[in-house]
Amino acid sequence: MIYKGRVWKFGDNIDTDAIIPARYLNTSDPKELAAHCMEDADAEFVNKIKEGDIILGGENFGCGSSREHAPIAIKAAGISCVIAKSFARIFYRNAFNMGLPIFESAQLWEEVSAGEEISLDSVRGEITVAATKKTYTINPIPPFMERLIADGGLMKHIARR
Amino acid sequence: MGHTITEKILMAHTDLQDISAGQLINARVDIALGNDITAPIAIKEFRQAGGKKVFDKDKVALVLDHFTPNKDINSAMQCKFVREFALEQNITHFYEGGKVGIEHALLPEAGIVLPGDLVIGADSHTCTYGGLGAFATGVGSTDLAAAMLTGELWFKVPPSMKFIISGSLQKWVSGKDLILHIIGLIGVDGALYKAMEFAGETISKLPMADRLAMANMAIEAGAKNGIFPPDEITREYVENRAKRPYTFYASDPDAEYSDVIEIDAGLIEPQVAFPHLPSNVKPISRAGNVKIDQSLIGSCTNGRIEDLRIAAEILKGRKAAAGVRLIVVPATPAIYRQALEEGLLETFLAAEAVISPPSCGACLGGHIGILAEGERAIATTNRNFVGRMGHPKSEVYLASPAICAASAVLGRIASPEELI
Repeated sequence: MIYKGRVWKFGDNIDTDAIIPARYLNTSDPKELAAHCMEDADAEFVNKIKEGDIILGGENFGCGSSREHAPIAIKAAGISCVIAKSFARIFYRNAFNMGLPIFESAQLWEEVSAGEEISLDSVRGEITVAATKKTYTINPIPPFMERLIADGGLMKHIARR
Repeated sequence: MGHTITEKILMAHTDLQDISAGQLINARVDIALGNDITAPIAIKEFRQAGGKKVFDKDKVALVLDHFTPNKDINSAMQCKFVREFALEQNITHFYEGGKVGIEHALLPEAGIVLPGDLVIGADSHTCTYGGLGAFATGVGSTDLAAAMLTGELWFKVPPSMKFIISGSLQKWVSGKDLILHIIGLIGVDGALYKAMEFAGETISKLPMADRLAMANMAIEAGAKNGIFPPDEITREYVENRAKRPYTFYASDPDAEYSDVIEIDAGLIEPQVAFPHLPSNVKPISRAGNVKIDQSLIGSCTNGRIEDLRIAAEILKGRKAAAGVRLIVVPATPAIYRQALEEGLLETFLAAEAVISPPSCGACLGGHIGILAEGERAIATTNRNFVGRMGHPKSEVYLASPAICAASAVLGRIASPEELI
């Protein structure tokens, strides 16, 4: 799978309250959650992004609560994938289970600026920055996980197969 | 090579003869927990996967504690959805209304989670039960759905960090201060993916309420679980609560640890975590002059009877400072009743506190105590992220019940030593 989009850059320890504040957890409707995605980190985020854009986080992205509403909100907002230096444990698992692809790269965060266009090839395990053509190696997603993501998450994957 | 307590509990829930850190295992689950926020998604996922019956109606716990008493129509709908599922499935451990308590105080209190158990919960603070010597970890709703369906879940066996804590605690220093100090030491991802195992002479004397409070915040260091070796204090806590057998596990002397950290607890002052990370801790003597608008005493970290007793000791004969909203949240109905019988609620009312029903509401900025722009709260809770208790431009400071009670009286972050 190829993911192409502009980079929206965040710092370390972006917690699940920043991704989707608890005050909006009185619903699990993806559209409503998406409307408040990243609101407490950047109030205008959902108005600025375009379908396919990419979140680039620092260390420990998704720390805090176990709410699956966090990857749901990111995915439903139109973000194609999340790249971070590292991910918090529960978020990591939830993201794949919800069908949101995530990748680890410390180097990319150090060298890429907000707003740059990048493309990510999850099979080859490579990120390319559009302007400079510089490439970064990432761990590719294994075929079973590609299928799980394509199916829309773990349970849809199980139900389908 | 010997095994850690975490490895032993995980292994006992598989058919494997040996396991080691990093290994992927499929393990049987003793209790699977969901609440009014996470269970609705899990139930939808359960049905989507073709689920008809939960694997064991006695091993699923559904606790409607977050946005309850129902704060708005959407919350009421979520609770209704979970209630209908619980009734349909005849779930034994379903709690709402006057029976509900904050899940991580309620489940140990009711003897639903026990030493040696493997517990998963769609709530990150599920790690609390490590205080009892159980393996307990937070997961997402999909994992809860899978566990409700099959009674099993896959795990990666975590490496263990050992914290050896020695020395006598200073006056007003509690388990909360120890765990805040440790998170300050190792950072919010200092134990990422790992087990935090607590040991040493200080730990062996530490009351159960303090152990539960410490295990509760293991997740704030990124840990998969926090765990205490069960002992006589554990036995005393569980023997009259347990309605089924339980097992005490202990780490082998030659168990392998990724890190061993020794801490002299005698040197630790009461701690305060400043905004906006639980690792941003300072000792109370260096807190400076921080005025507060609200003090919250409660939550799955510090809403137990022992916590309320400490708060009442400081609040007795005193009042919350002008302009400070003091909110006390007994974590369960049993704690509420006991606080009533011991006269603690009288003390809180005389101190002009609001006494909330058991609810997670205020801690996660749901309801009952939301902060306005620019407001500041000190709280016995576990997270102080941006916007955690309300407006994105409000602030949360984390501390023990003693510090929160003293701060309420003085209107600024303060030690009880200024009062007593």
